[in-house]
Amino acid sequence: MEAFEKVRITVKVNGRLYTHEVEPRLLLVHYIRDYLGLTGTHIGCDTSNCGACTVILNGRAVKSCTLYAFMADGSEILTIEGLERDGKLHPIQEAFWENHALQCGFCTPGMIMTLYDFLQRNPKPNEDEVRRAIEGNLCRCTGYQNIVKAALWATERMRGGGGR
Amino acid sequence: MSIIHKARPTQHLGKPVKRKEDPKLVTGRGLYVDDIKLPGMLYVAFLRSPYAHAKIKSIDVSKALRVPGVVAVYTGEDFRGKIGPIPTGWQLTGADLKVPEWPAVAYDKVRFIGEIVAVVVASDPYRARDALEAIEVDYEPLQAVVSVEDAIKPGAPQLHEGVPNNIAFRWRLKGGEDFEEISKKADKVIKQRMVNQRLIPSAMEPRGAVAEYNRYTGELTLWVTSQNPHVHRLLLSGVLGIPENKLRVIAPDVGGGFGSKIPVYPLEAIVARLAMDLGKPIKYVETRRENFLGTIHGRDHVEYVEAAIKNDGTVLGLRVRTLANMGAYLSTAAPGVPTILFGTMLSGPYKIRSVDVEVTGVFTNTIPVDAYRGAGRPEATYILERIMDLVARELNMDPADVRRKNLIPEAPYAAITGLTYDSGKYLEVFERALKIADYEGWRKRQSEARKEGRLIGVGIASYIEVCGLAPSRIARATGFGLGLWESAIVRVHPSGKVTVYTGASPHGQGEDIAFAQIVAEELGVSLEDVEVIHGDTALVQFGMGTYGSRTTPVGGGAIALAARRVREKARKIAAALLEAREEDVVFEAGRFYVKGVPEKAVTIQQVALASYTAEKLPPGVEPGLEATVFYDPENFTFPYGTHVCVVEIDRETGGVKILRYVAVDDAGIIVNPMLAEGQVIGGALQGIAQALYEEAIYDSSGNLLTAGFNDYMIPTAREAPKIESYFYETPSPHNPLGVKGIGETSTIASTPAVVNAVLDALAHLGVRHIDMPLLPSKIYKVLKEKEVG
Repeated sequence: MEAFEKVRITVKVNGRLYTHEVEPRLLLVHYIRDYLGLTGTHIGCDTSNCGACTVILNGRAVKSCTLYAFMADGSEILTIEGLERDGKLHPIQEAFWENHALQCGFCTPGMIMTLYDFLQRNPKPNEDEVRRAIEGNLCRCTGYQNIVKAALWATERMRGGGGR
Repeated sequence: MSIIHKARPTQHLGKPVKRKEDPKLVTGRGLYVDDIKLPGMLYVAFLRSPYAHAKIKSIDVSKALRVPGVVAVYTGEDFRGKIGPIPTGWQLTGADLKVPEWPAVAYDKVRFIGEIVAVVVASDPYRARDALEAIEVDYEPLQAVVSVEDAIKPGAPQLHEGVPNNIAFRWRLKGGEDFEEISKKADKVIKQRMVNQRLIPSAMEPRGAVAEYNRYTGELTLWVTSQNPHVHRLLLSGVLGIPENKLRVIAPDVGGGFGSKIPVYPLEAIVARLAMDLGKPIKYVETRRENFLGTIHGRDHVEYVEAAIKNDGTVLGLRVRTLANMGAYLSTAAPGVPTILFGTMLSGPYKIRSVDVEVTGVFTNTIPVDAYRGAGRPEATYILERIMDLVARELNMDPADVRRKNLIPEAPYAAITGLTYDSGKYLEVFERALKIADYEGWRKRQSEARKEGRLIGVGIASYIEVCGLAPSRIARATGFGLGLWESAIVRVHPSGKVTVYTGASPHGQGEDIAFAQIVAEELGVSLEDVEVIHGDTALVQFGMGTYGSRTTPVGGGAIALAARRVREKARKIAAALLEAREEDVVFEAGRFYVKGVPEKAVTIQQVALASYTAEKLPPGVEPGLEATVFYDPENFTFPYGTHVCVVEIDRETGGVKILRYVAVDDAGIIVNPMLAEGQVIGGALQGIAQALYEEAIYDSSGNLLTAGFNDYMIPTAREAPKIESYFYETPSPHNPLGVKGIGETSTIASTPAVVNAVLDALAHLGVRHIDMPLLPSKIYKVLKEKEVG
C-alpha cells in the first residue's frame, strides 16, 4: 500500500490557528482529537448516526465524522472546549448541569454543540422543536427528558431571564 | 420528581443535589479510555471472522507485515499459552454446566461473526486497519445454527466438543406446590409462547483499553471501560499470568455500560499482553460496528408458559420452559442471568403458589449473551405481566382487578422461590399508581375512543426485582465466582476534609454526590468537603463494582457503616477533649457536646485535627480518623412498583404513540431524587425501546443484520415520551440506609407496561399476543388481517 500524499490545512479552532500536514483520508473528528488534543469531541459510531462528534463549523453544527480534515481547510471551528467564556460555563452547559441532563456524559458535548447552533437560529423554541433539533444526537442514559428541559431552561437564561 | 410517601426525616438524604462530575463533563474535560494518549503508543486492529461457523485452515500474514507502519501481526496460535481462555465467572451449580474454551483469538475454529482471528499492531489506527485487508485467511465454512429451537434439534451443527446438542446447562427451580397437582385444582390452564428478543446494550461509549507495561518494575497498567475494575484485575491476572499486585486496572470516565462493561473480553487481555510483549503502550477502541459484533448482547429467550388459574382471576401456578440463547461462548456472568436472576423472580409480587421453571442454556453461532440492564428480571416480569393480562382477557376481567386479586398486600413476605422480600406496601403502591395515572378515566376515554374507531390502550406492569446484589453466602451457593459485598474507606483528613474510597464503580450514575450526601448525613460535614474516589485498583481497596442496582444499597451501605465507625471513634476523642465520659457526649450536626451543654462543643473538624496531633487521645485509641468497612448485607433488596402506560395506535400506519406514562416505584429511602428520577426516566426509555423498536436480527447464516445504529433502532428524542416518576418510600431493613436500588426498576417495568397497553388497544379486535418489538409494520399487518377478516 502506498503512503498517501499529505495535504497542508489551516484551521481556526476555538479562536486559535493551527496548521498541519494531514493525509487526505483523515477524518475531521480524528484531526480534532488526535492532532489538536481536543478530546471533548467524542466518537460514538461509524455511521454518522450518534452525533457525539458534533462541532460548529463556520457557524453551523456538523458531525465531524462526516468530513475529511482537508475539507475544513480555511474554516473556523468551535468545539465543546471553546464554549466557556471568561471561565464561566455557557448557559447551555450550565443548563445541563442544573437539570441533570447528562449521566455518563459521552453524548453530552455533541448534544450541547447541536443545541448551541439550534438555539442561535431559534431562540424561542417549543419542546417539539427541541426534540426535532436533537434527533440526530443519540443518548442512551437520560431518556432525553432532562436534555429537552435543559434546552428550554437555557433559552430563558440566554434571553436574560432567571432560568426557571 | 416527587416523593409521595416519605419514610423518615433526613438532613442531606432525599435532596436533589447537583452532581460533582458535571462541570468536567459539560466542558469536554472528562477522560474516557479513547482520550488517553501515551508517548510511543501503538494501535491495534482486529481481523474478525466473516463466518459464523468455520474451521481456520491457514492464515497468511506476510503481506500485512509489509504494510507501512505495521509493527507486528499475530494469529490465534501466537497467543496460545500466553493468554488463557476468557473466564466464565458464574459457574452455575446443579445445572450440569459445560464451559467450553473461549480463546481470546480463535485458532482452530470460529463460532460467531465478529470473533477475533488476527491482530495487527501499527503506528497509527489507520495503518492498523489498512493491514487487516492484507491478511489472508483460508476458512472451511461449516453450517451455522442461530436459533435456540434449531440448535437443540438432533442433527444440528455442533459448536463445541463435549457439549452434546449445544446444551450449556439445564437449570430447574421448583417452588411451592407441585404444578401438576395445583393444575388439578385450577379451572383452566392457559398457555403462551413468548419471545424475549435479543437486544444490544449500546452504551454510547464503545469499549476499549489502553495498556502500559514497565518491564523494570513488572507493573502493567490497564485503562479499561469497566464497571468493575477489581474484578477485571482479578480475572485478567489469571488470564495473563501476572500477579494481581502487579496489575493496576483503571476505569476512568466510563460512558455507560448497562451490563456490557462487566465482562472480561478478549480485547483487554490482548491489549495487555501486547504491551508486555512489545514494551510499548498499546491502545484499542472498538468502532460502533465492532461494538455490535464484539460486545455482549442481552435477553434472547424463547419461553413456553403455562398458567394454572381459577375463574375468579387467581393465578395458582406457573410452569415455564425457557430456551436461553447463550451465544457461542459463556461470558463472565452469563450462566447466572437467565437462571438465578430470572427463575427466582417468577412469582413476582404475586401470591402464586407454584412455580416450576426449567431453563436450557443453548450455544448458537451468535455473539455471547450476558447481563443487560435488568438481566433476567425483565424477562421474568415480562412473563408475569403478560400472563396477568392474558388471564384478564381469558376471563373477561379488568387487568387491574386480576392484579388486585393476586398481589401480595405487603412485605416482609417469604416468596415460594426461596427469597424473603424485604419491605413494601405492594397493593397500596399499585392503587396509588392507578390513581395518579387516572386509570379509570382512561378506561372511559378508551371506550369512547373505540366508538370513534380510535385505538387507545392502557397497560399496567407491577414488578418486584431482586437487587442490591449481595449477600455473598447466597451468591456463592449459586456458583458465583466471588462474594457480593462492597468495600469503603471513609478517611477524615487533619483539616476535616473527607475522602471516600468506594469499591463500587459508577459509570454515569453520578453516585459521587449520593455518596457525599451519605457521609454528610452521618458526619455532619458539608457536601463540598467530601471527595469520592473509585475506579482505580491502585487507590481503592478491592471492591465488586457497579451492576445489579447494588451501588447505593451495598456500596452506599458500606460507606454509611464506615462513616458511623468514624463517628464513634470521633466521639471517644471528643470525650477526651471535652473531659467528659463518652456516654455523655452527644453528636449533632457535625458537633460533639456534653449532654445538656450544647454551647460547649467541639466540631468534627477539631476532633479530626486532634486525632492526628494525637496528644490527647484516650487510652487504646490510635491516631488518625478513618474506617474501613467490607460490608456484606444479610439479604438482597427488593424494589417494586407499578407502572401505567397509555398508548394510541395509528390505524393508518400501525405506529404507537405513548400518551401517558406513570411510574410509581418503591426503591426504599431515596438518597438523591434527582439522580433516582434520572434512572427511572432513562431506564424506562430503554424498556420502551425493547417493547417497540429494538431487536438484534440474525439471518440463518449467522450474519447480524442489525450491526449499527442504521439498522438497530435505539430511540431518539422524537420517540421518547414524557415519563412521570413518583417514589414511595418504605425502608429496606436489609441495609443500614434503608435503600433498595433504582438502576433497573424502570427497564423491568416499562417493557410489559407498553406491550400490555398496545395489546389492550387491540383487544376488542381479538388480538391476543404479538411478540416484541411491536413495530408499526407488525401492528399494521394485524390490523389489515382483522379488517379483512
